[in-house]
Amino acid sequence: MKKIAISELNSLFAAIAADRKLYIPTDDSTGQSQFTIWEEGSILSRNVNTVRSAKDSFFPQVENLMGFKVTGKQIELIETRDPAESFAVFGVRACDVRSFDILDRVFLTEPVDTYYAQRRENVCIISLACGKPSETCFCTAFGIDPAEPKGDVTCWMTGEALYWQPNTEKGEALTAQLSVLVDADVADIEQEKAAIRATAEKLPFGKLDLSAFGQGKTKELFNRPEWKALSQSCLGCGTCTFICPTCQCYDIQEFNNGKTVKRFRCWDSCMYSDFTKMSAGQPRPTQTERFRQRFMHKLVYYPDNNEGIFACVGCGRCLRKCPIHMNIVKVIKTMGEGTK
Amino acid sequence: MQRVKEKAIELLRSGEVSRVLGWKTGEFFYDLTPAVFESVEEVEKGFVFSLFSGANLSKYLIAESKKEGKIAVFLKPCDSFSFVQLQKEHRIKRENIYAVGIQCDGMCDGESLRSAGCEGMTGVEDGESLTVHTLYGDQVIEKKEALLGKCQTCKSKRIVDFDELIGQQGEDVPSDRFAEVAKLEAMTPEERFAFWRTELSRCIRCNACRNVCPACSCEKCVFDNPVSGVQNKAVADSFEENMFHIIRAFHVTARCTDCGECSRVCPQNIPLHLLNRKFIKDINELYGDYQAGADFDSRPPLMDFRMDDPEPSVIYTRGGAAK
Repeated sequence: MKKIAISELNSLFAAIAADRKLYIPTDDSTGQSQFTIWEEGSILSRNVNTVRSAKDSFFPQVENLMGFKVTGKQIELIETRDPAESFAVFGVRACDVRSFDILDRVFLTEPVDTYYAQRRENVCIISLACGKPSETCFCTAFGIDPAEPKGDVTCWMTGEALYWQPNTEKGEALTAQLSVLVDADVADIEQEKAAIRATAEKLPFGKLDLSAFGQGKTKELFNRPEWKALSQSCLGCGTCTFICPTCQCYDIQEFNNGKTVKRFRCWDSCMYSDFTKMSAGQPRPTQTERFRQRFMHKLVYYPDNNEGIFACVGCGRCLRKCPIHMNIVKVIKTMGEGTK
Repeated sequence: MQRVKEKAIELLRSGEVSRVLGWKTGEFFYDLTPAVFESVEEVEKGFVFSLFSGANLSKYLIAESKKEGKIAVFLKPCDSFSFVQLQKEHRIKRENIYAVGIQCDGMCDGESLRSAGCEGMTGVEDGESLTVHTLYGDQVIEKKEALLGKCQTCKSKRIVDFDELIGQQGEDVPSDRFAEVAKLEAMTPEERFAFWRTELSRCIRCNACRNVCPACSCEKCVFDNPVSGVQNKAVADSFEENMFHIIRAFHVTARCTDCGECSRVCPQNIPLHLLNRKFIKDINELYGDYQAGADFDSRPPLMDFRMDDPEPSVIYTRGGAAK
């Protein structure tokens, strides 16, 4: 266990950023938090979480896959992949750290997504325990401990100091480079951890009953009448999917200027009318089916394919940001009550 | 506020309407959802009109008014402008709607309380100021600090069209809603460009602004059409992406009532309403004051032609419209 005074945080960030890009949460002009590249003068946000999740680090909204150049009957392949470079993300909360495990199971299973894998290999995740969880937080419902986030390094912040605990080889290697850190006693943060857990006990959805969902529940849930009312006023926008740390669907598109073709992928949303549209038409013709898809994927289909693990981490972003305030908690509660 | 719920029950019970469009209670005090209620029991269980009924319900009438039977809708003053504008555009069937106008002193939401400094919110007491209960103790904040952006520059307390009114009819109120636009106009083109590039750089293209907008009522948006070549996902570069908002603002010009829903729903707090307001201000200056949705008879300036219409390009080369 190491530590550094809060007043010295800047020198810690400077030391990490000495040989790599460092992303930290900073407040934007409207006071919301965003992961931004650290530079001299960056100020660490004190918000509980960022608007966009940390998945952007490995799975950016838009990413070039490859290019083609057509000359006569010749097609030349152009490499457009970003060069591999190591980077670090500081301030990742316990929920987002868990989301990486969920994404890994999709992108790192054969056939491995090499674009994602490259970034994943080159990152050092520095997590940060949640001092002040929001009422929308419910990570504990998924067995996540906000007082003990995983990652290559785990940090805790008290009033005076930032505590630093490396967990992996990558974390140890980074720690060895950081002479600004001084030794600390593990016992120093026990009080902080206890305080976080005490707050987590009080979270309104911290013990959400998930028994209606999970492996093998497709038949029970698919045709339930409640989907209609739940999706009734859904605007069909992509807010929930784009801010979600575990939403992973993307579309592959091409930009063609007649001579060269740029093939890229970009986030897609099951809430959109053309999602997975095929020549035969749209498999989910109304918003009810699209809405159902999103929650069935997180709470039934993903667990079906991944030993019962839910594809939600309880970060609460959708609770805050849905324009009509419909969200996964309301779905879980409504369906759960209907099952009893 | 209880009278609104009682009215919903009365309308269903009397058979005046078969459905009611209103706001449904959530898990917290602030997360109300627009909903259609089909029975007295449903209303009793879930209907609520409160400080958090900010959502404009009028766009839902496009689909709801085409269904069988009559539907009651509750409209705040700003919502009623959208309601009239949609009627002018023949997008809703007025004969299937029973409109109840309700007066309003401004609305809040969870995010507006959060930007006023509240976190871990578990309850609220509405009064002169707001007492917000949180996991970390009570916080007292001034109501005006926690109002939605659209309510901070409220333009009118007048309910333009209704079958019945709860509370008093109001009037247009003096508003400094163009002050922020004037600030942008005073910038140099370079500063203004930088301002919008910064703001729009946060856009995640979720389309919430478009989907909530009562003026965006196309059956199929060109940006949702895979064969249009400008489909929403085909991001050629970030600048082109920014253009989406400018194109959308142009498309709703003179039809936008300035209801402010675009900025309310933006997850990234982009002040999208400023684009629309700039167009409204320009129209006022070039063609005379015009407020979309304020009446049934006027013609939107950009859908009208008069011989004495000014030529904006000429006016701007001569130094702009008379202020």
